[in-house]
Amino acid sequence: MNSLDLLPPTASTYANQLNDFFWVMVAVCAVVATAIAIFLIYCAVRYHRKDPDELPEQIRGDNKLEITWTVVPAIIFMGMFGWGAKTYFDVEQPPVNSMNIYVVAEQWMWKIQHPDGIREINTLHVPIDTPVRLTMISQDVIHDFFVPAFRIKQDVLPRRYMTIWFQATKAGKYHLFCAEYCGAKHAGMIGWVYAMNPADYQQWVDRGGGEGSLASTGEKLFHQFGCANCHRYEGHGPGPDLRGLYGHQVTLATGVTRIADQTYLRDCIMGDKGGPVAGFRDHIMPTFQGQLSEEQLLAVISYIQAMGPATGTQTPSSAGTTLDDYGRQPGIAEPGATSTAGTKPDSR
Amino acid sequence: MIAKVRAAETPNYLTAEQGIRSWLLTTDHKRIALLYIAAITFFFMLGGVAALLMRLELLTPTADLVQPETYNKLFTAHGVIMVWFFLIPSIPTTLGNFLIPLMVGAKDVAFPKLNLFSWYLFMTGGCITLYALASGGVDTGWTFYTPFSTVYSTTHVITAAIGIFIVGFSSILTGLNFITTIHRLRAPGLTWFRLPLFIWSNYATSVVMVLATPVLAITLLMIVVERVFQVGIFSPWLGGDPVLFQHLFWFYSHPAVYIMVLPSMGVVSELVAAFSRRSVFGYTFVAFASISIAVISFLVWGHHMFVAGLSVYSAMAFSFLSYLVAVPSAIKVFNWTATLYKGSVSWDTPMLYAIGFIGLFTIGGMTGLFLAALGIDVHVTDTYFVIAHFHYIMVGGAVMGYLGGLHYWWPKISGRMYPETLAKASALTIFLGFNLTFFPQFVLGWLGMPRRYASYPPEWQFLHIISTAGATILGVGYLLPLVYLTWAWKFGPSAGPNPWRATGLEWQVPSPPPKHNFEVTPVITRKAYDYAGMKEELRLG
Repeated sequence: MNSLDLLPPTASTYANQLNDFFWVMVAVCAVVATAIAIFLIYCAVRYHRKDPDELPEQIRGDNKLEITWTVVPAIIFMGMFGWGAKTYFDVEQPPVNSMNIYVVAEQWMWKIQHPDGIREINTLHVPIDTPVRLTMISQDVIHDFFVPAFRIKQDVLPRRYMTIWFQATKAGKYHLFCAEYCGAKHAGMIGWVYAMNPADYQQWVDRGGGEGSLASTGEKLFHQFGCANCHRYEGHGPGPDLRGLYGHQVTLATGVTRIADQTYLRDCIMGDKGGPVAGFRDHIMPTFQGQLSEEQLLAVISYIQAMGPATGTQTPSSAGTTLDDYGRQPGIAEPGATSTAGTKPDSR
Repeated sequence: MIAKVRAAETPNYLTAEQGIRSWLLTTDHKRIALLYIAAITFFFMLGGVAALLMRLELLTPTADLVQPETYNKLFTAHGVIMVWFFLIPSIPTTLGNFLIPLMVGAKDVAFPKLNLFSWYLFMTGGCITLYALASGGVDTGWTFYTPFSTVYSTTHVITAAIGIFIVGFSSILTGLNFITTIHRLRAPGLTWFRLPLFIWSNYATSVVMVLATPVLAITLLMIVVERVFQVGIFSPWLGGDPVLFQHLFWFYSHPAVYIMVLPSMGVVSELVAAFSRRSVFGYTFVAFASISIAVISFLVWGHHMFVAGLSVYSAMAFSFLSYLVAVPSAIKVFNWTATLYKGSVSWDTPMLYAIGFIGLFTIGGMTGLFLAALGIDVHVTDTYFVIAHFHYIMVGGAVMGYLGGLHYWWPKISGRMYPETLAKASALTIFLGFNLTFFPQFVLGWLGMPRRYASYPPEWQFLHIISTAGATILGVGYLLPLVYLTWAWKFGPSAGPNPWRATGLEWQVPSPPPKHNFEVTPVITRKAYDYAGMKEELRLG
């Protein structure tokens, strides 16, 4: 038996924030519960029946009291609601400069892919003091990524990207659990998160790197699976130019608009609920269902994400007439997304 | 004296007819209540054995007593049995069946044959589910989450689902019967606001049963359809949405929590009134609290899914509504407590259970406030914190209420008194054992111990050992009433019609009551719990 710890480690910005809230809740509830218990015991003892024929004073109620103990708890509850909502809002909104790490869950392991190509299983190495955003998907059933020391938990669903973020504050080794029951070895779907000082982390990266970045793997796949045949840089292809697409609004032929995020791109590639994009009448894109693994999909998407804007200088004849042929509005791309395939994220 | 002799000669519902046929074909609500008591006691023991095996497995950090696969089947069996075959039917089908006609001054429920049919449905569903559990088991958890249950599990999901589907109809028909009885069969003068609060809470429960259970039935059918015919509803591989299942499941299963606890609240209202010799403080507020809990319970299902991919804003709406549903529960706790103030409080066993209920339900309710808080829920959901929370509500709340009610009305049901000292000792044993079992689980949950784990990190072993020790004590505490209540059935001293000198209509008929309850239909002129008005009859003051 190990030493008795009654409190979990507190190792992220969110964990610090949540601790304050939690202990205020504990204090409020403990005070009220103790008051109720004392009053209950006091009454049971003070008014204990002495004579078996006793008939006590008959009191049927008091409207003022009723209103008081309806309104006062309601106000306290609204305070709890507000505080809870605020913390949730924070944990659901990753900062824009977050470092991206991809997580693929399957029965019963966690597969982690770093943008620079490092892969690990059941371990996750992250630097402290850096916001980290996890993009997660399951290959089979629903799993749940849970790091108690960071106080974060997020279900990992099949066919849908879920994200969660944290910023570790203390170097150390922390439990990683699957918190959604996922079958026989659910309790074995565990691992460790290593939060490291930036220098140690850099060392770890230098030791482990080598396969090339995730986006460059994606680029290879992009050509290998023939994506580039239609989605040509010059914009002459039967498919839309993908440069600068990521993160922007897309209007589908049905009139529906969607943000071209990871889930949208995944839907398009897997033939789920994507295109055709408005202006591309011939919906001829094949589905890649069963051909690309979840890890490969993430690589392709991170390649698309890393593509420069359509107005970039590297490709000739990108703007104007050619784009109009395919219904794409010139100038849709946003400056800033200039990194090309293989570039490491800014946070590094 | 003469009256007493005559009462002994008049056959009661137990002696009016003899033989096994007279039980299996009975339409008497009181006998049907006893059939249910026998059935749910059996299921409770079965679910309890599964729980005990789980707790024994968790004594050590590794999965050594049973294999993880077996452990998964154990917690599924425990959940399925305890939820659908014990907690949901517990009070309505036993005390509810026995008491609702007596309390409203009726000869029976509105549809006596349907009542018996409900019991047969219950037993049929029970046998089918037991078959599924015995012939290899089910490993989905009682929640049947997709796509695990529809695509990946290789166990007897379909059989179990069909069993629960059938038992759902028993619930629906019982609810329908009670609603009709309470609307149509009240004795002359028994207006809504003269009804005992037990009736109000069972009415609210019945409404939830009738409205929510069909959704469960449909959802279970969809699981069967997807598994058998490969129709894509929940499986993303067939174009379905696994989260849709969670919406449908919790649309039933959250209100179901109130099916479990509302009747217990009704029992506690009766107990605090009878053992303080006072009307429940703020009668109308307690009555409407039951109704508002039933209504709002339908709007909070999303709080089970705060980390399942809800949008931030819908999560906020569900969080808000979850706090709203806590208000009527708080109102009830305050009113029960205030009922004792300046009362004449006796410490008989049922009152010990009632006080225990108030304490444990308060803790269960307050930890619900933690879970309704979005940010905290992210950390504690799917951990032992949730396990502890809902056991405080369902065991500390619902089961304590059930046992309190069983002790309170046992003299009426059996005509005999149970041994009071032994009963008090076992009530205290249950209270201690319960807290020892489940309080450490709050700590485990905050530490991050996920639920449904057969093995766990060694640093948490100490808390698990305490919990297992508590569960052992709790098990003993539950066995004691089983033994002495059975003993009292045959050997207990005669109770007389009104051993507690309480006001309810049920106490004005002999114990055990005659077959048709009332020789003359009673005419009601008083509110419930009118101790001052019934001073002479009860020889008080």
